[in-house]
Amino acid sequence: MEKKAHRLIIEPGRVEKNYWLDLWIFKDLFYILSWRDIKVRYKQTVIGTLWAILRPFLTMIVFTVVFGRVAGLKTEGNAPYALMVLAGLLPWQFFSTAFSSASDSLVTNANLLSKVYFPRLIVPASAVITSLIDFLISFVILIGMMIYYQYVPEWKILLIPVFTLLAFIQSFAFGLYLSALNVKYRDFRYVVPFIVQIGIYISPVGFSSSVIPEKWKVYYYLNPIVSVIDGFRWCIIGNGAANPFNQYFLLSMVITFTMLMYAIYKFRKMEKTFADLI
Amino acid sequence: MSQTVINVQNLGKKYLIGHESKERYTAMRDVIVQNIKGVGKSVKRLFSEHGPGITGSEIEEFWALKDVSFEIKQGDAVGIIGRNGAGKSTLLKILSRITVPTKGHIEIVGRMASLLEVGTGFHPELTGRENIFLNGAIMGMSSAEVKRKFDEIVEFSGVEKFLDTPVKRFSSGMYVRLAFAVAAHLESEILVVDEVLAVGDAEFQKKCLGKMDDVAQKEGRTVLFVSHNMQAMSSLCNKGILLNKGNIQDQGAISTCIENYYKDSKVFDLNAHSALGDRLNRTTGKVRFDRVEICKPDSTDSIWSFTNEQPVEFKFDCIAFDESDGLTFYVAIKSQISDIIITNFKSVVTKQTVKKGQAVSFNLCLPEGSIRPGQYNLYFAIGDLALKEWHDVIDENVSLPSLIVTSTKIDNHENSGFCTLPFQLNVNEVE
Repeated sequence: MEKKAHRLIIEPGRVEKNYWLDLWIFKDLFYILSWRDIKVRYKQTVIGTLWAILRPFLTMIVFTVVFGRVAGLKTEGNAPYALMVLAGLLPWQFFSTAFSSASDSLVTNANLLSKVYFPRLIVPASAVITSLIDFLISFVILIGMMIYYQYVPEWKILLIPVFTLLAFIQSFAFGLYLSALNVKYRDFRYVVPFIVQIGIYISPVGFSSSVIPEKWKVYYYLNPIVSVIDGFRWCIIGNGAANPFNQYFLLSMVITFTMLMYAIYKFRKMEKTFADLI
Repeated sequence: MSQTVINVQNLGKKYLIGHESKERYTAMRDVIVQNIKGVGKSVKRLFSEHGPGITGSEIEEFWALKDVSFEIKQGDAVGIIGRNGAGKSTLLKILSRITVPTKGHIEIVGRMASLLEVGTGFHPELTGRENIFLNGAIMGMSSAEVKRKFDEIVEFSGVEKFLDTPVKRFSSGMYVRLAFAVAAHLESEILVVDEVLAVGDAEFQKKCLGKMDDVAQKEGRTVLFVSHNMQAMSSLCNKGILLNKGNIQDQGAISTCIENYYKDSKVFDLNAHSALGDRLNRTTGKVRFDRVEICKPDSTDSIWSFTNEQPVEFKFDCIAFDESDGLTFYVAIKSQISDIIITNFKSVVTKQTVKKGQAVSFNLCLPEGSIRPGQYNLYFAIGDLALKEWHDVIDENVSLPSLIVTSTKIDNHENSGFCTLPFQLNVNEVE
């Protein structure tokens, strides 16, 4: 063997030095697992991928009617209300599906966890990647809506990838932590859908952040996804939309990255017991 | 060449198991008190290290492995044997890094691939082709590696025709063949295989064993192998580790391990077998087996495991409950892995009429080397002279233990197959 002898030491409580190297070795698994989930998701359905478009589209209509017409809330800038809703709905749907499927991912892949070794981090990460693909598909609606309203976006639309990355990190951080907790305490299976349900009302999905009274904003922005949704609106609506880089943006970023670090730290700690607990 | 590739020292793995306490609740008050205590405990447990996974009011420590130490040299093919719950799978799981040990130290040199289950991660909705890539990636192969070996894998599995069919439509045999084919093409210096060969048809099992043999002997890779198929063990492995309740009971040559494994077994105490005794009273046959002993000719203790260098001898005692017109003895020896009957013969015990109450006793001897290493089911029957009427049958249905033949030599020419035919070689000319 020309290859350098690969030496591995297994001891209780030992922190694996080559964890990040292993992650690289198994890099193919990231997209293979997400590819599997995408392939499988719409098998034996008639309209297939169209579901990825139809669901946000119908939600948009409902929210526009409820918040825009019935409640009569004002939109941002001079964008049509439906477009404003959609600009918030797309990142929210990405965040919520990524977050909930990542939280569930370890438990649904229990058979893998108890039979093969690979860095467990891959499982929730690829659940987020799967949701990202759905998110990209749903952009078709946005394009369709812009054509329908003949709405010309500004240069800011080019910043969408930045906010997408932030949404990715947020859903990964929270999903990662909850997926580990889920292995140990299945209670979180019931907690996660609840969080998502509440989340859609405390995040600016059906309404604009500008309707929030100033004195509540500190609490409102403790929810880190708010800044990301604001960012999406700013990119898509452009003229007249509130600038997301307000004084709360930093708070949101601190929460996001602290959570990411904490989640990775906790996950790595609990990871070793997964096979025994699951 | 004989560098140590796996070094295990004082390995221990502890699990916590819960029990319900034995007290029975008699009064409503006790029930309430117990329940409140229970809630308190589960809240407490929520914040303790092992979480709520373990239920029961008493928690017991259970050592699945204790003080296990061994060394494996490069190129060894090691068979790990032991009863259910001996810790074999736990050991493999620790070695393959699925779970962490509680104690001890392990050093592994070289890339290790483990196959603890056939078809891990196979998705029923995906096609055969897609599953090859999926399974390969899960096992740690890169996509490029799978692509390179794709044709080989498909050929080995023999399911070319169904490559684009979802595997949920596969027969279970096809499923297993495809899964094993992927695993068999893993590139690694050390291969760890759990009981995965107990599936598929006889032909494919042979193919798998052949592949394993290639890996172990031709390619000189180190193999760790768990199986209850002793024939496969003795032909594939040269070293053995015998585990018993989490401890190493024996390690060394595979044949001695297998022999110790069976020696230790209580199953061979045939005379204590109630099933056989019951049968004696239950059946209505005219002549019935009373006692069956399996013995080595030079010793008195009965043993079920033989090496192929010694003859296998059985001693039968029969009692006539009614008059029988002569007596014929019938034997079948069936291979356990393939259900092939390898020997099938009848012999006349006596041509004379057997009278009521008469005892008949006879021995059967299989000469040394006539049965090839393996695990066999035995089937003995007696009937009248023309075998028109069958009086009594004993086989595995009455818990007659199976016969194990092992080999002390590593010689594929002598170890494979089922039996040796008494053929003659007539040499005409040697120049």
